[in-house]
Amino acid sequence: MSSKSIEDYLKAIYILSRNGKPISTSEIAEHFKIAPASVTEMLKKLAKKGYVKYSPYRGVHLTREGFQVAERVTRKHRLLERFLHDVLRIREDKVHSEACEMEHALSDEAEESLCRFLNHPDRCPDDGKIIPACDLPFSTCEECVELHKKDLEESGRRQRIPVSISQLKQGDCGTVSFIRGEHKVLQRLSDMGLTPGTEVTVVKSAPFHGPLEILVRGSRLALGRGMTEIIFVEAEEA
Amino acid sequence: MTQKKLIIALAGNANVGKSVIFNYLTGLHQHIGNWPGKTVERAEGTLSFKGYTIDIVDLPGIYSLSTYSLEELVSRKYIAVERPDLVINVVDASVLERNLFFTLQLMELETPMIVALNQVDIAKRKGIEVDTEKLEQLLGVPVVQTVAIKGIGMSQLLETAIEVIEKGQTTRRDVRYGEEVEERIAKITEMLQDVQFYYPQRYVAVKLLEGDEEIAREIAKMAPQAVNAAKELAGEIENLHGHACSTVITSERYEAAGSVARQAQKLVPPLKPTAEERLHNLTTDRIAGYLIMVSSLLLIFFAIFTFGNYTSDLLSNLLNRLEPLSTNLFGTGIVGSLVWGGAAEGLIAGVTVALPYIIPFYIVLYFLEDSGYLSRIAFLMDNAMHKIGLHGKAFIPMMLGYGCNVPACLGCRIMETKRERTLAAFVTTLVPCAARTVIILGLVGHFLGIQWALALYVFDLVVIFALGRLAFRVMPGEPSALIMEMADYRMPQLRTVLKETWFRLAEFIKIAFPLIIVGSLVIKAADVFGLLNPVANLLSPVTVAWLGLPVITGITLIFGVLRKELSLILLAALLAPAGLQALTPVQMVVFTLVAMFYIPCVATISALVRELGGKKALFITLFEIAFAIILGGLALRLLTLVT
Repeated sequence: MSSKSIEDYLKAIYILSRNGKPISTSEIAEHFKIAPASVTEMLKKLAKKGYVKYSPYRGVHLTREGFQVAERVTRKHRLLERFLHDVLRIREDKVHSEACEMEHALSDEAEESLCRFLNHPDRCPDDGKIIPACDLPFSTCEECVELHKKDLEESGRRQRIPVSISQLKQGDCGTVSFIRGEHKVLQRLSDMGLTPGTEVTVVKSAPFHGPLEILVRGSRLALGRGMTEIIFVEAEEA
Repeated sequence: MTQKKLIIALAGNANVGKSVIFNYLTGLHQHIGNWPGKTVERAEGTLSFKGYTIDIVDLPGIYSLSTYSLEELVSRKYIAVERPDLVINVVDASVLERNLFFTLQLMELETPMIVALNQVDIAKRKGIEVDTEKLEQLLGVPVVQTVAIKGIGMSQLLETAIEVIEKGQTTRRDVRYGEEVEERIAKITEMLQDVQFYYPQRYVAVKLLEGDEEIAREIAKMAPQAVNAAKELAGEIENLHGHACSTVITSERYEAAGSVARQAQKLVPPLKPTAEERLHNLTTDRIAGYLIMVSSLLLIFFAIFTFGNYTSDLLSNLLNRLEPLSTNLFGTGIVGSLVWGGAAEGLIAGVTVALPYIIPFYIVLYFLEDSGYLSRIAFLMDNAMHKIGLHGKAFIPMMLGYGCNVPACLGCRIMETKRERTLAAFVTTLVPCAARTVIILGLVGHFLGIQWALALYVFDLVVIFALGRLAFRVMPGEPSALIMEMADYRMPQLRTVLKETWFRLAEFIKIAFPLIIVGSLVIKAADVFGLLNPVANLLSPVTVAWLGLPVITGITLIFGVLRKELSLILLAALLAPAGLQALTPVQMVVFTLVAMFYIPCVATISALVRELGGKKALFITLFEIAFAIILGGLALRLLTLVT
């Protein structure tokens, strides 16, 4: 099993699964347009490697390790799409397939440089999906620009890639660890109490992908989707 | 004996009961205007206390003293430059940490201040008990417990204020940042020794480290070396902490606020969720929330228009009895008809709409706002508003628009960026205001049945959505995302509600009435000199040939620019003796459609000019004229086909 196909599978499960619910073999089969039997085969292998939890009839979901790999490759994919679209001016409908090939070859280091070069984009160009965070230990992108030259071994990388608040479920809580955005937005968020290290709890979300209600420092905030997608937290283990 | 004058400013977060305290202290002696050259509201009032004449300035409700918004900048400058004798910082005891974050920033401005610890009753119900003495000791400034809505603690607040002013304040304790930050603050303050500036030196040093653009710009003129040094020092802090310097400082300030809050408050969370909590959960529920929103809004509109219709008739009957008086005074010649048919009738038209519709509408709306319900509606509607490039808060001016477009346009100030204010103001002018409702109900509703009137309202929503999306296309850009505190529900205070209503009304009268009266005079004069019929004939290619309406609608639509409902009232008069029944059903629908969209009324145009500038106002006006004409013509052809 090549690392390319592992990454492709994990990415597919990552994209298909909503709200952390397990997804079925047939959904994946449909996604790749192959027979369900070969999907089952593959899922068993992935489960052996510890990337997914798989039980026949119930479906499959990512383990923590699998989630990390999936986020990383999704991040590379979407950053590449931005690069192909914004810099090389390749047509929007062409960038996806191109990026699908390139994502597996892009090293982590090149990915980080690409992110800085593109000025820390937050969404991919074709369907506006959010680009996952990296595992660098910075709490804002400004810091990344100014401090990345420093020896990273010293500060170390994150154990886990932080997830955006928009990915949390009702009742989840986490600690703010990274905020993506320009100075003014950061200022505004920290003025409202959302500084790195602050604990937030998701109370509920308005329907149809509406804003989230969160608890911060004893007060209740409504955060629009645009805000919840740029605030990343280290979620607490349930 | 001349009284000594004092100036006291009220400052604090939004929704902490600041304006309730303001109202309590100043009663009716209030004045609301704008800060010079700014679209930020400035409320001032006076009171006499212990031989002093005290000017109270109510600063806008803000969360920070950075430069994120105009409100914050205005407040900060006011405190530093105009130096009020004292600042009363109103603090919500039930959300202590967030509020103290602001308190600490005020303290850094080194202004004499006291803290009004408000809403202690709500805090108690949430299981939060604040130790006033401890808080006083930790902050080093006097703290007075208040329940403003019941008037508790108000005189003690004033007494403490006077005491601090008379004796001076010496005990204030500043926020101490980490050693590495303090060291660098000291270095910068040293470089600022000879700089004369309205902000205190320590404050300037902190703000330079935070990268505050406004202060850096000013200081660069006097001590550029300090600005450069601060940049370098901020870089050092960044290297030490691995976080941007401004983040380090804000975090530490919040940490300090949190630590004070934790030491001064005792938490005993109640076992059951409070009534406020349950109401919040219900009104933001994915299903019940929308049901409650739609039904309460419908109920409100229904009640207000039933009431308004009744009182409006009553008032206009009453006022029209004054006509003989005018005739006696000015005769029936040119002067007489100008006075009555021009000025007085303009005034009457204004009064009969303003009083019966707009007043109750705003009373209800501000009731909802004061209780905290409007922020829940903004939460529920955020998603829908994003479709037209706005966020949830824009729904609030849109709702205001159903009463009258003028305050609604002014209300678009709550939007964060210029682009959003423009978009919001544009869709707001498409909302059928009370005057347009008079036409819809009076013509279509009355003659064709209520279902047709309702269909027009629904159609209006479709138009708002479609044109909103179009405007979004024309003015693209990422809508800034919603970030809004949803404060606990609370009992609205009638006085605050009435006051808000009164100021909105006063604003409306100030903008609208002179225009209506002058406009009526001009048109009446044109009438007297026989200019109207030629104009109507001139317009007939549009009105008759394209829209299929009677020639005289040209005249009435011109009048409608003043007050939209005038176009209907006049039409009824001009079509006498048959009256409005002379129109065919299709003509009724077409006329109503045109009247709904064809132009914002004079008063709204002038509000648009004030808020957006002449160019955009002109563009919106011309666009809506063209749109209404095209729409009306299409409707005529479609409806004729169908019937």
